[in-house]
Amino acid sequence: MSVTTLPPLALAHRQPSWLVRLFDYKPFLIVMCLAPAIGLLAVFLTYPLGLGIWLAFTDTTIGRKGVFVGLENFQYLLTDSLWWNAVFYSVVYTAIATFGKFALGFWLALLLNNHFPFKSLLRAIILMPWIVPTVLSALAFWWIYDPQFSIISYLLVDVLHWRSSNIDFLGSPWPARFSLIAANIWRGIPFVAISLLAGLQTISPSLYEAAMLDGASAWQRFRYITFPMMMPILAIVMTFSIIFTFTDFQLVYAITRGGPGNSTHLLATLAFQRGIAGGELGEGAAIAVSMIPFLVFATLFSYFGLARRKWQQGESND
Amino acid sequence: MTDTAQPAVAKAAPDTMAWDSGLRRLMMIYLPLGCFVLILLFPFYWMAITSFKPNAELMNYKEHNPFWISSPTLAHIKHLLFDTAYPRWLWTTMLVAIGSTTLSLIASTLAAYAIERLRFRGSPYVGLGIYLAYLVPPSILFIPLATVVVQFGLFDSPLALILVYPTFLVPFCTWLLIGYFKSIPYELEECALVDGATRLQILRRITLPLAVPGLISAGIFSFTLSWNEFIYALAFIQSGANKTVPVAILTELVTGDVYQWGALMAGSLLGSLPVAIFYSLFVDYYVSSLTGAVKE
Repeated sequence: MSVTTLPPLALAHRQPSWLVRLFDYKPFLIVMCLAPAIGLLAVFLTYPLGLGIWLAFTDTTIGRKGVFVGLENFQYLLTDSLWWNAVFYSVVYTAIATFGKFALGFWLALLLNNHFPFKSLLRAIILMPWIVPTVLSALAFWWIYDPQFSIISYLLVDVLHWRSSNIDFLGSPWPARFSLIAANIWRGIPFVAISLLAGLQTISPSLYEAAMLDGASAWQRFRYITFPMMMPILAIVMTFSIIFTFTDFQLVYAITRGGPGNSTHLLATLAFQRGIAGGELGEGAAIAVSMIPFLVFATLFSYFGLARRKWQQGESND
Repeated sequence: MTDTAQPAVAKAAPDTMAWDSGLRRLMMIYLPLGCFVLILLFPFYWMAITSFKPNAELMNYKEHNPFWISSPTLAHIKHLLFDTAYPRWLWTTMLVAIGSTTLSLIASTLAAYAIERLRFRGSPYVGLGIYLAYLVPPSILFIPLATVVVQFGLFDSPLALILVYPTFLVPFCTWLLIGYFKSIPYELEECALVDGATRLQILRRITLPLAVPGLISAGIFSFTLSWNEFIYALAFIQSGANKTVPVAILTELVTGDVYQWGALMAGSLLGSLPVAIFYSLFVDYYVSSLTGAVKE
């Protein structure tokens, strides 16, 4: 392969054409290399982000260009009980799901950090919930949460006899909310566990050996070595997790579509319902924009709250 | 605080000696691990077993053990493949995933090369800017993006998805590839420069072949992410034929009050299989890209 392509290379070197020289001119090459990525991001990310903020201040609907209405959309949202409901549930959903994901994910990472046979196979299997499209696994959960034929109800009622009636998972507000949170935790555990496992493997065993010599208990080794050493990576993973849990859409849309009685709407599903399904682009955009302050706050909180020192593994490591 | 912990330390010392004893290891490691695996995999088992159950068994737990199939059937899969547009949806999803993965790989390879190797003033800031784009969630963007897509006349076209998906793929891939390019010794490129190679030749003949593991990681990651994407596909595609699998199952197969659980689960299973197979072929690359542990 390389033999056949060599002659033109040598030729180009002897008589550099203007095109070759142009592409070897560093500033031109930099612009050419950055153009596709920056172009795509500018047109489909930065511009829509700005446009979204602009739309939030207009009364645009599908098919009609809106006019600037100032803060009217936001004033309306403040009086809208559905929006408050969605804010409430988004915060609850994010808080409980993040806590669950990290408690269980950290535990799973610690378990996986031991030596046992078929470890890499197990690691591959554990990532499955993260690989499979969320909507498709959400459908499986919908079926698991079926009011009549739920397998969980079957286990509790007919096999274990712990309950006398089927659980109505999705029929009333609070059970529906917790069912969704459980599905979200199920999906998030693998990502947290595998990321934290990578962090665990960077901790030098000599630290544990030194602590063992000093007579530290298992809990003390975890509390004073593992936990502080994991802080930086924990902060990064948690920042990501909070952002993508707070703005979650798929699970809720697939399982309950915001029901029953609009009790499980997250801000993202409410924005979709108003903006795309209802056609009120301006109002939908306002709901979407109202997520930004929460996201900024959550990011700052998890990043600076957890990573008191700067991310030690940054820069030099990646 | 440390004083009060002292007695506990003394008591724990012989304890750690017994750590590796079989029973304790079983209780502390294998049992919880087994529970985790069971819970994490159960929905897939349930999905799979439902797809092959005849309807009579699906709705009757009294006479049939719900955890097993007495008379497996391919009726649901047959219904899916021949009575619905499922093959078409699979094809569209494949097309979109491959198209957007290719586009993002090209864009992010070039960008990563420019940022990491053609160093210019402000290149770290460009890198940071691209990385920050990863933090903008699609839930905030889909409404304005829908109007942009309509403006470009791409509404209801898979091309819209191919162009839009790179917004969340490019930041991640660029970041990953910057890490890979960093690990390639700069001296190799200097030698080539001395030998008179142009910078594009260096990229094509030296840097890229050495960065193949990184390219594979980025490719897998992009492919699975585009296969899984939902909100853009839901908002930008209207006609039944152009839908991607996740959207189509939810909007086309969920009809009426009585859900066709067999067909729904069969659709979910078939829709998960390509990405699961693809993933299982390259697990290690995927894990390394997920954890960002890209040092080779």
